Amino acid sequence: MEFLFSEDQQLFQEGVRDFLSKECTPEQIRSLWDTDDGRSQGLWKALGELGLLGVLASEDHGGLGGNEVDFVLLLEEAGRAALSEPLAQNSALAIPLIRDLGSAELANTWLPRLTAGEATAVVGLEADPLVHAADSADLLILQHGSELHAVPGDSVTCVRQECNDFSRRLFQVDWTPDTATCIASGSQAEALIDLTFDRAILAAAAQQLGICQQLIDLAVDYAREREQFGVPIGSFQAVKHMLANVAVKLEFARPVVYRAADSVARGGDHRSLEVSHAKVAACEAAVAGAKASLQVHGAIGYTWEVDLHLWMKRAWALDVAWGTPSFHLARVGATVLADGTRIGPGGLDA
Amino acid sequence: MSMDLSYTSEQQAFRQEVRSWLEEHVPDEPLPSMDTAEGFQRHREWERVLAAGRWAMVTWPEEFGGRAADLITWLIFEEEYYRAGAPGRVNQNGIFLLGPTLMEYGTDEQKARYLPKMGTSEEVWAQGWSEPGAGSDMAAIRATAVLDGDHYVCNGQKTWASRGAFADWIFCIFRTDPDSQRHKGLTFILAPLDAEGVTVRPIEQLDGETGFAEVFFDDVRIPVSHRLGEESAGWKVAMSTAGFERGLMLRSPARFEATAKRLVDLYRRHEDRLDGRVRESVTRAWMNAEAYRLNTYATASRIIAGGSIGSEASLNKIFWSEMDVQMHETALSILDARAQLLPRAPAAADVGSWLDGYLFSLAGPIYAGTNEIQRNVIAERLLGLPRS
Ligand SMILES: Cc1cc2nc3c(=O)[nH]c(=O)nc-3n(C[C@H](O)[C@H](O)[C@H](O)COP(=O)(O)OP(=O)(O)OC[C@H]3O[C@@H](n4cnc5c(N)ncnc54)[C@H](O)[C@@H]3O)c2cc1C
Repeated sequence: MEFLFSEDQQLFQEGVRDFLSKECTPEQIRSLWDTDDGRSQGLWKALGELGLLGVLASEDHGGLGGNEVDFVLLLEEAGRAALSEPLAQNSALAIPLIRDLGSAELANTWLPRLTAGEATAVVGLEADPLVHAADSADLLILQHGSELHAVPGDSVTCVRQECNDFSRRLFQVDWTPDTATCIASGSQAEALIDLTFDRAILAAAAQQLGICQQLIDLAVDYAREREQFGVPIGSFQAVKHMLANVAVKLEFARPVVYRAADSVARGGDHRSLEVSHAKVAACEAAVAGAKASLQVHGAIGYTWEVDLHLWMKRAWALDVAWGTPSFHLARVGATVLADGTRIGPGGLDA
Repeated sequence: MSMDLSYTSEQQAFRQEVRSWLEEHVPDEPLPSMDTAEGFQRHREWERVLAAGRWAMVTWPEEFGGRAADLITWLIFEEEYYRAGAPGRVNQNGIFLLGPTLMEYGTDEQKARYLPKMGTSEEVWAQGWSEPGAGSDMAAIRATAVLDGDHYVCNGQKTWASRGAFADWIFCIFRTDPDSQRHKGLTFILAPLDAEGVTVRPIEQLDGETGFAEVFFDDVRIPVSHRLGEESAGWKVAMSTAGFERGLMLRSPARFEATAKRLVDLYRRHEDRLDGRVRESVTRAWMNAEAYRLNTYATASRIIAGGSIGSEASLNKIFWSEMDVQMHETALSILDARAQLLPRAPAAADVGSWLDGYLFSLAGPIYAGTNEIQRNVIAERLLGLPRS
């Protein structure tokens, strides 16, 4: 029993944080709001060079051969930077799905390019029909009942669904399934659909951790500087306690998310329950962080000009993407409250 | 070093060993409350049984009767302890707070004098830090100890000493330097509660039982050999007593997981007439207990790997105390009108412990540093906000 990240994992996290703080600034993010596809080819390529895109791809395909425990801290950094590139879609969902499908042709064709940042793939599941970055994807893996289809980007129609978070380009994808595009069906496809759904939940939770941290940091920086009544507002106890409460939520969401990552990586017995727990905890922290951070900023935080809303809106969007909090609470409850589930000291496995 | 959330075969074997021993030894009937004279005695006897099995202080070094267990092993022990429904630890202030402090600051003579009898609970300890004028502001301590030859002459009043009504010894902080201010000039002193000039006045708690006491010192002569650490180093010694690892031992996750399990069982019995809101509260209770467990395992791993923990302990204090209140509130909401009944009311027979537990949970946000003080610590030391 050792609940720790390795030194390498932590160093990679720091490297990514450093990189994103320079290459993914609020100005850069805002500059993409009015462009055609909202994407930055340069940044996408650079993320590939950094190794970030291919953490879950095998080394043969230009990846790092890692697992979700390796990836979770990096997704956290993507949240902290409010990265708008579809990192979760491409690298936390599509890449491992293609890897796990077992089609060497599909993997050899796509994984090297998806890993290098030369192409983008996204996944559309029926559980969440608003597909991020679908219009700029070269490949879409789409669910049709209990089938999975690999569909080229130019054979689908994407209807834009404008999102409150301008950096999050969402689309309804219209397409016609046919036998030529079907890449998995039956129980194999169903298992992969479930797994992909859980991966999406985990990726959202991981990003929320970073978003929450950033919302706290922004509020703390502001509270140290802004003065009223002749003193920094951060010296007022009401302000302190508001932020301390968020810090408590974040502290106790983190290990839940990290354990969920381990569970997905290992194929744990309680994987679905554990990712749902992670999403509830992380979303609660992030949404509380948004509320507290806005309150600490006062009116300036209510403006378009100040960057605070980049993170607030991401927090709200991810809160309801891939299942709302009550959906996930119900999912946890369905196991924990069921007759015959052995709970108690030591957790579900003791 | 990398993440591995499975138990080693040694850890699993240890769990089995604890489980079988407890199955054989834990009393069938719960003991009477330790805040009564009889219950206190019965809990003391249970500690003797535990110590005979070398289970009373598993993290202590072997030379003092422990098993030199690391924190993860300790957590496994606790999981089994609560799973078995074993009695509360009447000497917890001794074994988990003072014991480790003695090992850090005590002389060899002091260790030999105090630790063995603490381990078997032949001597049960109370903690005498709070005073009427020194609660959250502990540095306002006024009780004095004046050096006179090889004795300190102690005067003043301590209060809220848990289990002080029946305990044998008390570890106190006195002001030894009358000219000192705040944290300076305080000294850590061990005092027998039967010494001449000591008066113990039991205080009834919210539930009417004498769970704590005030202790008056009236020219009490305490040998200098009872001082722990240097003179005027009392604050430093006290901070080590209150340090994180010790807090972790007093508030191990297993306790809350056991409560969460009881809550889920209660919910299952009444599920038919409960709405979705209660269902969510119960689910959350379990999730919080689970989050606390995971956080503790992460912290224990960090400490074992050589890390240390400082003000993060304040995050913990808030989380467990609020979780405990929330779980009990949820249980009471399930009990409906019966929630107001005392355990001895016939209709409350199967559920009366929830009200007791609720009262006790409400003390959580007050003792061990109030939650407001913890929020100050988080804001100022972890987040870096300016002091008021
Ligand atoms: C069940 C129980 C067992 C206890 N056992 C022991 C024991 O064994 N030994 C022992 O020494 N003590 C013990 N205590 C005492 C405990 O440590 C104190 O109650 C605690 O430190 C708070 O002090 P106080 O009660 O004087 O409250 P006060 O310090 O008077 O606080 C009253 C209220 O004011 C708030 N407040 C005070 N200062 C601030 C501030 N700076 N900022 C914001 N809010 C503030 C507090 O948070 C609280 O809400 C026990 C208490 C309880 C309830």
